[in-house]
Amino acid sequence: MRTAPFEYHRAQDLDDALEWLAGDGDRDVKILAGGHSLLPLMKLKLATPTVLLDVQDVPELRGILLESGWVRIGALTRYVDLTRDATVGDSLPLLSQVAATVADIQVRNRGTIGGSLCHADPAADIPAAVLALDARLVLVGPRGERRVNLDEFTVAPFLTVLEPTEILTAIEFPIPLQSQQSTYLKRPHPASGYPVVGVAITGDASPHEPLSNVRVAVTGIGPKAYRAEKTEGTLKGQVPTPELFRAAADVAITEANMSDEPDLSYREQLTRVYVERALYQFYGGVA
Amino acid sequence: MEHHRMEVTMTVNGRSVSRDIEPRVLLVHFLRDELQLTGTHVGCDTSQCGSCTVLIDGEAVKSCTVLAVQCMGQSVTTIEGLEQGSLHPMQEAFREKHGLQCGFCTPGVMMTAIQLLKQHPNPTESEIREGLDGVLCRCTGYETIVRSIQHAAGLMADQEPQPEEEVG
Ligand SMILES: Cc1cc2nc3c(=O)[nH]c(=O)nc-3n(C[C@H](O)[C@H](O)[C@H](O)COP(=O)(O)OP(=O)(O)OC[C@H]3O[C@@H](n4cnc5c(N)ncnc54)[C@H](O)[C@@H]3O)c2cc1C
Repeated sequence: MRTAPFEYHRAQDLDDALEWLAGDGDRDVKILAGGHSLLPLMKLKLATPTVLLDVQDVPELRGILLESGWVRIGALTRYVDLTRDATVGDSLPLLSQVAATVADIQVRNRGTIGGSLCHADPAADIPAAVLALDARLVLVGPRGERRVNLDEFTVAPFLTVLEPTEILTAIEFPIPLQSQQSTYLKRPHPASGYPVVGVAITGDASPHEPLSNVRVAVTGIGPKAYRAEKTEGTLKGQVPTPELFRAAADVAITEANMSDEPDLSYREQLTRVYVERALYQFYGGVA
Repeated sequence: MEHHRMEVTMTVNGRSVSRDIEPRVLLVHFLRDELQLTGTHVGCDTSQCGSCTVLIDGEAVKSCTVLAVQCMGQSVTTIEGLEQGSLHPMQEAFREKHGLQCGFCTPGVMMTAIQLLKQHPNPTESEIREGLDGVLCRCTGYETIVRSIQHAAGLMADQEPQPEEEVG
């Protein structure tokens, strides 16, 4: 399969890339990162940009930096880097755990964290980690820099607030407390590997102690990944018991935005089961 | 619309190559149609099956989902680049342990396995199976593929490290 013809430009740095994006208005310029969502779409002619702006050489999009209180992850960081990087492994083990579940090694060698977030596939893994770790996205455009959280960033399936002239440069994760535990549980689609449902949990937990700072994020269900805040409310301050997990899972399905799902009861059941199992897995990691 | 063309230079199997191509040429077509390296196969063309897997700067990648222009300045290794005078231990092992039936998926499987052994020189069976997640064998010959890779790990451990670290 061939894509429609296009012009290719490799940006040298962020200013060069921003200039191309600002363009003259009559060209449809699209950023190319790992290409593992964009190229399949272009082969199907579902995307037909006139200019592909390859950002692989843009230094401002690279690197994993430990700053005071934050880990700054460049948008071009690939899944495979997230699974191997020592800073991510030490400070954000959830993010490396989630990245390791994406597809297969060939895809993880190409796909980037920024590409996944900008593509805004409702069945992607990374959003679960970004929500559960309360990260923010750094967007740079001609008018400067702005920071948004993922819930603000993602509008609908495959739609974000990113302006055509803006670039996602980095994702900034607050460094969790030493005591933070985390886990990710995913039901991979048997053919594609994408999550049919994925549940990420973070919190300060020890066995037989009430749970605090708990965050539950669900992906794959509904139009975009979401924080299950009512579920978190059910768990907060409670001592973990099987009854509590079941109650929390029952709440989780009430806050999923599933009205448009064709296979509603299957998805409800899957959400219930995976939230409950994820809670067991979470406490298993604590005990 | 005007069809843009570009001069693209990369290293393929240790040799620098340049071609004047349209930017929309996929790496797999660049290898097969421009360089006549037809050992890299197009299976599904949707990055599921892994038959088109090659190494880019030593890492396994599905070449149906990469543009040739993205590889400018990079080093690509295909199945044809494995053999250096004699068969690569991976090829040797696949022959020895019957790791192929129809052979269609084999080049992609071998290239994937080479990256796998670089990361896990002494892999467990489950590491091999996990590492093969991105390749499909429609003959379903996975048992002998796993056995071949285990055998290759043994052969490679017995060997001096190869000078071409990129493919070894
Ligand atoms: C076979 C296969 C299996 C997969 N399995 C999974 C899976 O199990 N789980 C999962 O979550 N995903 C999966 N994916 C999707 C994969 O994660 C993609 O790599 C990812 O969604 C896109 O990242 P990319 O770097 O390849 O982005 P690209 O394809 O290059 O870009 C995607 C979109 O984002 C835009 N973009 C990219 N970077 C930026 C930036 N810095 N600023 C602004 N816009 C940008 C592009 O313009 C484009 O619109 C799979 C993909 C394939 C091909």
